[in-house]
Amino acid sequence: MTVSYLLRRLLFTLPTILGVIVIVFVLLRVVPGDPIAMMIGSEATPEDIQRLREVYGLDKSIPHQFVVYLGNLLTGDFGTSISLKQNALTLVLGRLPATLELAIVAMVIAVACGLALALVATYWRKSWVSPVIDAFDSIALSIPEFLWALLLVLAFGVLFANLPISGRFDPARQTDFVTQFYLFESLLRGRFADALDLLRYLLLPALALALPLMAIISRVLSGSLREALGQDYILLARVKGFSAARVLLRHALPNALLPTITITGVHFIFLVGGTVLVELIFSYPGIGNMLFGAAMNRDLPLIQSVTIVFALLFIGLNFLIDLSYTLVNPRVKVG
Amino acid sequence: MLKIGRRDFLVSGTAASASAAIGVQGLGQILFSKEARAAIGDTLTIAYNVAPPSWDPNIGPSSTNPSLQTIYRTIYDTYMMQREDLTLAPGIIDQWSWNADKSAISLRVRQNGTWHDGKPVTPEDIVWNLRRLTDASLGAPLQVSFAGLKNFKIDGQTITMDMTQPWRATMLERLAFLGCFLLAPHHHEKVGKEGFERAPMGSGPYKFDQYERGSFLRLKAHPGYWGGKPLFETVIFKIVTDAASRVAEIERGSSHVTMDLQYEEYDRLRQKSGLSGVAAPTTDIAMMFFHSTGPMADINVRKAAMHAVDKKLIVDRLLRGYGKPVDTLSVPQEKVFDQGIVTQYDPKLAAELLAKSGYSREKPIEFTVQTTRGFRPKDYEIVQAIVEMWRQVGIKGNIEVYEPAKHFELRMSHKLAPAAFYVWGNSMGDPETSIASAIRSVSPHSSWKSPDVDAIADPLFGERDEQKRIAGYQRLNRYVAENGYLFPLFQIYQPVVFKSELDFKPHLAGYVLPTAFGRK
Repeated sequence: MTVSYLLRRLLFTLPTILGVIVIVFVLLRVVPGDPIAMMIGSEATPEDIQRLREVYGLDKSIPHQFVVYLGNLLTGDFGTSISLKQNALTLVLGRLPATLELAIVAMVIAVACGLALALVATYWRKSWVSPVIDAFDSIALSIPEFLWALLLVLAFGVLFANLPISGRFDPARQTDFVTQFYLFESLLRGRFADALDLLRYLLLPALALALPLMAIISRVLSGSLREALGQDYILLARVKGFSAARVLLRHALPNALLPTITITGVHFIFLVGGTVLVELIFSYPGIGNMLFGAAMNRDLPLIQSVTIVFALLFIGLNFLIDLSYTLVNPRVKVG
Repeated sequence: MLKIGRRDFLVSGTAASASAAIGVQGLGQILFSKEARAAIGDTLTIAYNVAPPSWDPNIGPSSTNPSLQTIYRTIYDTYMMQREDLTLAPGIIDQWSWNADKSAISLRVRQNGTWHDGKPVTPEDIVWNLRRLTDASLGAPLQVSFAGLKNFKIDGQTITMDMTQPWRATMLERLAFLGCFLLAPHHHEKVGKEGFERAPMGSGPYKFDQYERGSFLRLKAHPGYWGGKPLFETVIFKIVTDAASRVAEIERGSSHVTMDLQYEEYDRLRQKSGLSGVAAPTTDIAMMFFHSTGPMADINVRKAAMHAVDKKLIVDRLLRGYGKPVDTLSVPQEKVFDQGIVTQYDPKLAAELLAKSGYSREKPIEFTVQTTRGFRPKDYEIVQAIVEMWRQVGIKGNIEVYEPAKHFELRMSHKLAPAAFYVWGNSMGDPETSIASAIRSVSPHSSWKSPDVDAIADPLFGERDEQKRIAGYQRLNRYVAENGYLFPLFQIYQPVVFKSELDFKPHLAGYVLPTAFGRK
């Protein structure tokens, strides 16, 4: 992997970003819903409505608005939120850490459980364990995240009311976090009581997001492991007298991991996208929750900022996934 | 089949035991540690349905959003207060009056009002807020309603101002309503607009402590509140936008109060041990806009559409009785309400009216009916029921579901469908902000626009005799009902569920104020 390759890849992302900006901008102006219509009083005259349009920069033609918007973007100005009346980018970046923490915890749960299920199912593939795990995977996969969220609210929020079902941490708790990465910060600062509290609030939304991905990982890895176990080098390992567990963990697993990494990376992007509804159900103050509020209020600058940041995140993740192939499997050539 | 070797078993077993020991302890702490199932001590926790987007309640979309009033009224004072029956009560302004010819208003600022930092609320502070209210450059959506207030003068604790054009009979009531919250000027000037969004300051019963946007708002009692120190030391508004999660919040005991539930859930919850409920009438009215062009231009169609609907059946079956059928755009608690205005449920008459225009069940009149779905309780189901009742007499309604944002856009551009379902809120309780707003041609909120209505409604805006003004609006209500220009359906009841240890005083505007709760 060379610097020129990295630069070339970065350069290729620019048209994608521009495309996203154009599509989001145009779509938002085309879909029904005028932010001014949602705020005017009953005595507003056409002149008052026009004045409000001027205040919010909506009085110009769409191409004119786009040129102004693009010019502002180039200077790092994403505009001011109509409903929150603050810098849109600052607002989005303020919420992004919460979503990233949620997605990462969900990812950790999904990978750990998916890996464990795949190994158990493969190890005991000729017993009743394997079909049971298969059935569990099918259920986990066929129910979407938001429905898992509602089921978890019912199960752990009401029937066995041990876990919190709304928010990010106990509202009664006084906090003095320096960053928005509350969980990572509290772990780094050794404030384990805070970390535990944050984990309690994170667990259910993260689980709702993790369950479908966990099933995917379990399925893909099981398939790869079974395929690997039929290879000659596995036969050789067995002939050498290695134990079944060693054959599975040391020989089959490393070779079976590559497709799982690929699919996990791709699905992590979907997982981040899935946070919108899950955050809403658990009142989790992340970027998805903010996007919903912005959409309801037709807060154009905020919707644009959230979408562009989401797009940048996806492009960045894709970029990292591509790079990870070359690191995990040297046979994959770059360029 | 693969076999587990002894060594594998021992190694795996040891690792598993160690992990389990650590994991179970951690997991145990996560799963079974102290749950936030707080008893009602000094903290009142409310699972609330809307997150405040901005802490400036006078500018931007927040200023016209009635759902945010509960939270804003907890932190900020309005100039005057609204009692539970919507009549004016002393607030930071403890005396108010018009002059003889109603060309000027005087307001007396109470002596003992304090901002949340302890500084006194002065007449200069009030004038700063009044100037902000009338400043066209700020882009406040309601500025036009206050543009007539001019020439503010201070004499001791009293402020006088001229009421020029546009003159409003309801100016005093408006000062206790939307967009009229008092912000601390010294703080606003010190921290600026964005700083104020991070640390708002008012003079209301509770002061801002922490806001985790989209998650919760924590408030602390304002010890210097002119109305006396509030009952609860801390109030937490948990922002729970999902109705099912709000039900779970109250059911599991991690919130003490919640509202805006399906009536089925309300009935179920209030029968549970430890929970009580109140479903009180509000000024919100479910109604249908009729468009002044197209099929609704025919009075027979409009009147038939109204006579064909059994509102009581809808209230009883879909809303479990929590609502009251109304035939004008006012509720019985409003002074303009006229119980003599009645539109009978009479499907036979409806069929006869349609027959006059050449329509029947076999040859129905067909048009689009717009509604939201899930935006208000049972909105779509109500429209489905109406469409079925219409079908029985010869009206074929094609339901089109849209988002609230589209409704507002279509309404402003006068492009709503021939019939469009909506819930009209009128927390001021005056006909000026209900029937007049919903029916005058110049209003961006009207779908029926015709000069005959304007001829009755427009002069009422300048009427200075209160009795004549109310009588005029009653005449307007009757005229609108007789001509079927819009179709009121029923008064909406607000369901609130709370812990049985609490007492709750409902507000006609539907506010669920922390100060409305007491201990039994």
